[in-house]
Amino acid sequence: MPVETTASGIPIYAVPALGPALPEIIMAVGVLALVLYGALRGERSTGVVTAAAIALMAFTLGFVLTMPAETQITFADAFITDGFARFMKALVLIGAIVALAMSREHFRRAGIDRYEYPLLILLAAIGMMVMISANDLIALYLGLELQSLAAYVIASFHRDNARSTEAGLKYFVLGALASGMLLYGSSLVYGFTGSVSFPEIAAVLTEGANPGVIFGLVFIAAGLAFKVSAVPFHMWTPDVYQGAPTPVTAFFASAPKVAAMALAVRVFMGAFLTIVDQWQQIIVFIAVASMFLGAFAAIGQRDIKRLMAYSSIANIGFALLGLAAGTQQGVEAVLVYMAIYMVMTLGVFACILAMRRGGVELETIDDLAGTARTHPGFAFAMAMLMLSLAGIPPLAGFIGKYYAFWAAVEAGLVVFAVLGVIASVVGAYYYLRIAKIIYFDEPVGAYEPMPGFLRGVMAVSAVFTVGFWLVPAPLVAAAGVAARSLF
Amino acid sequence: MTVTAAFFYLFAGITVASAIMVIAARNPVHSVLYLILAFVNSAGLFILLGAEFLAMILIVVYVGAVAVLFLFVIMLLDVDFAELRQGALQYLPIGTVVGIIFLVELILVLTTYAFDPALLNLPAAAERQTGVTNTAQLGSVIYTKYVYFFQLSGLILLVAMIGAIVLTLRDRPGVKRQDAAKQAARTRETSIEVRKVNSREGV
Repeated sequence: MPVETTASGIPIYAVPALGPALPEIIMAVGVLALVLYGALRGERSTGVVTAAAIALMAFTLGFVLTMPAETQITFADAFITDGFARFMKALVLIGAIVALAMSREHFRRAGIDRYEYPLLILLAAIGMMVMISANDLIALYLGLELQSLAAYVIASFHRDNARSTEAGLKYFVLGALASGMLLYGSSLVYGFTGSVSFPEIAAVLTEGANPGVIFGLVFIAAGLAFKVSAVPFHMWTPDVYQGAPTPVTAFFASAPKVAAMALAVRVFMGAFLTIVDQWQQIIVFIAVASMFLGAFAAIGQRDIKRLMAYSSIANIGFALLGLAAGTQQGVEAVLVYMAIYMVMTLGVFACILAMRRGGVELETIDDLAGTARTHPGFAFAMAMLMLSLAGIPPLAGFIGKYYAFWAAVEAGLVVFAVLGVIASVVGAYYYLRIAKIIYFDEPVGAYEPMPGFLRGVMAVSAVFTVGFWLVPAPLVAAAGVAARSLF
Repeated sequence: MTVTAAFFYLFAGITVASAIMVIAARNPVHSVLYLILAFVNSAGLFILLGAEFLAMILIVVYVGAVAVLFLFVIMLLDVDFAELRQGALQYLPIGTVVGIIFLVELILVLTTYAFDPALLNLPAAAERQTGVTNTAQLGSVIYTKYVYFFQLSGLILLVAMIGAIVLTLRDRPGVKRQDAAKQAARTRETSIEVRKVNSREGV
C-alpha cells in the first residue's frame, strides 16, 4: 500500500478508526480519571472509587453488548472486534465486576481496603479486553503484560502478610519467565513468517509450516499454558491461590482464566489454524495432563483455596480439550465451558468468603463440617456447586463437560475424551467428599452472618447451575454465534 | 558487506558472552557492569541495522538510567548475592545438559531445512529505501499507525507505578515534614504564649 509522504519524504499515516475500540478507550479514560480522584482524595476515596469502578465496568459491559456483531479491524490490523470478542469481553467484565464487588467487605475487615485495588482490577480488565481483541503478536503481548502486571500486584495486596507477598513474588518471577518464553516464540514466528499479524501469519502458513515457526509455536504455547495454568506450567497456581487474599483468588480463578483461554483460541484458531496437526498434539497433551493432575493432586488437599486451585487446573484441561479439537464446535465448547466454569467458580468463592467465625477467615474443608444443619441454604448452594464441578448430570458443569467431550469425539480424539471422562470420575471423589462433609459430619459451629451481596452471588450461581439444563438455549446460542464469527 | 558482517559477529559475540557473565560473575557489581556491556553492544547491533535512534535510546535509558539505578540498589541493599548464587550454580551441569540437548535438536531440525533465500534478502533498514531518518519515521507512526501499542505501553507503565506505590509506600506517623503553608500561617498569637512566672516557683 503506497503511503503519502511530505516534501522531505516523511510518510504520513492517517489516525486509525477508534470506533471498534471504544469499550477499551472508555475504560482507559475512566481509569485515568479515577487515578486522579483517588490520588487527590487519598484513602477516604476507596468507597467512591470502588463504586465508580463497578459502574464503569457495568457501563462498558452494556456498551460491548450493544456493539454491532460484524467483524471490525482497526489500529493497523492489531485490533479485532467480532462476535467472539463480544462474548468473551462480556464474560470477563461480569467476572471482574462480581469479583470486585465481593472484595470490599473482606478488605475492610482485613484493614487493607485501599483505592488502588479497584484501579488495578480495572487496568487488568483493560488488559484482558486487549488480549481478547488481539489480532497480532504485539497486541497479544501488551495485553497479557497489562493484565499480568496488575495481577502480580494484587496477589501481594495484603503486603503485611508473608504468604501474600510470597504469592506475589512467586507469581511475578514465574510470570516473567513465561513472558520471556512467549516473546522468544513470537520473535521466531515473526522471523520465519515475516509478519506479526495473525491473518498474515495464517496466510504464510497455508504453504506449510517450516521448523522455525513450529519452534516459535511451541514457545508461544508454553507461555500461554502458563497463563491458563495448564500442566506442566501450573506449579505457581496452588501457592498463589492460597497466599493471595481470598477476593483476589476469586478474581484470578474467574476473569483472567477466561481471557487467557480467549487468547489461546485467537492464537491457535486465528494464526495457526492451517497447521492444526502441528499443535493439536501439544494441546491434547497439556489438556490430558491438566485433567489428571488436577484430579489426583486435589485429593490430598485440606485447604479449600488450594483445592480450588487444583480444581481450576483440571477445569482448564477440559476446556483445552475443546480447543484441541480445532473445529468450530470445539470453540463453541470452550465458550460454553468457560462461561459455566466462571459462574460456578464465583459462586464457590462467594461461599468461601462467607466462611468466617469470630472474625477469623476459615480456610480448611473441615470448617465446612455439618453446615447443612447450621446454614441449610449455604450448604445446599455449596453442595450443588461442588456436584456441578464434579460433572454430575443434569447440573451445569456436566453440560459444559459434555460439550467439550463431544467436540473432541467429533474431531476424532475419542481416546482423549475417554481419558477426560476417567479424570472427571477421579475428580468427582474430592468434590463429593466436600458434599459429604457438609451433610454428614458433626457441625463445629455457626458462621458469621453472610453479607447480602455474597448471598446474592451464591444464590444466582446455585440457581444457574441447578437450572441451566432447563434453559440452556440463550448461552449456547450466543456461544454458537460467537464461535461462528471466527470461521 | 563483509565489514558489516564482521561487526555484527563482533557485537553479537560480545553481547552473548557478557550476558553469560551477568549470571556467572561472583560480584554483583561486576554483573551490572557486564549488563551495561551487553546493552552497549546491542546498541551497536541497532546501529548496524540503521536504527540509530533506538541505539541512542538504549544507551541513554538503559545504560544511563536503569543500569546505574541497579548499581545503586545493589550497593544500598547489601545482599550477599554470591551466597544466593551458590545454589543456582549447583544446577548448572543439569541445565547445561538440557540446554545442549535443545541446541542439538534445534541444529538438527534447522540444518535439514533449507532457508528461503527471499527471507535473507529482506531489506534490513527502512532508511536505505526512503532516505528519511528513522527518528522522523518513528515520529510519523507512533501517534498514528501504532498509537494503540504506544498508549497500551503507557498503561502498563501506569500499572507499574501504581503497583510500586501500593506495595511500598507507607505512612509513618510522627515524621516531621516541612509544610510551607503552615509555617506562613503562623502568627504571634498561635506560636507564643506569655506566662507570668512568679519568682522561685517555676512554670
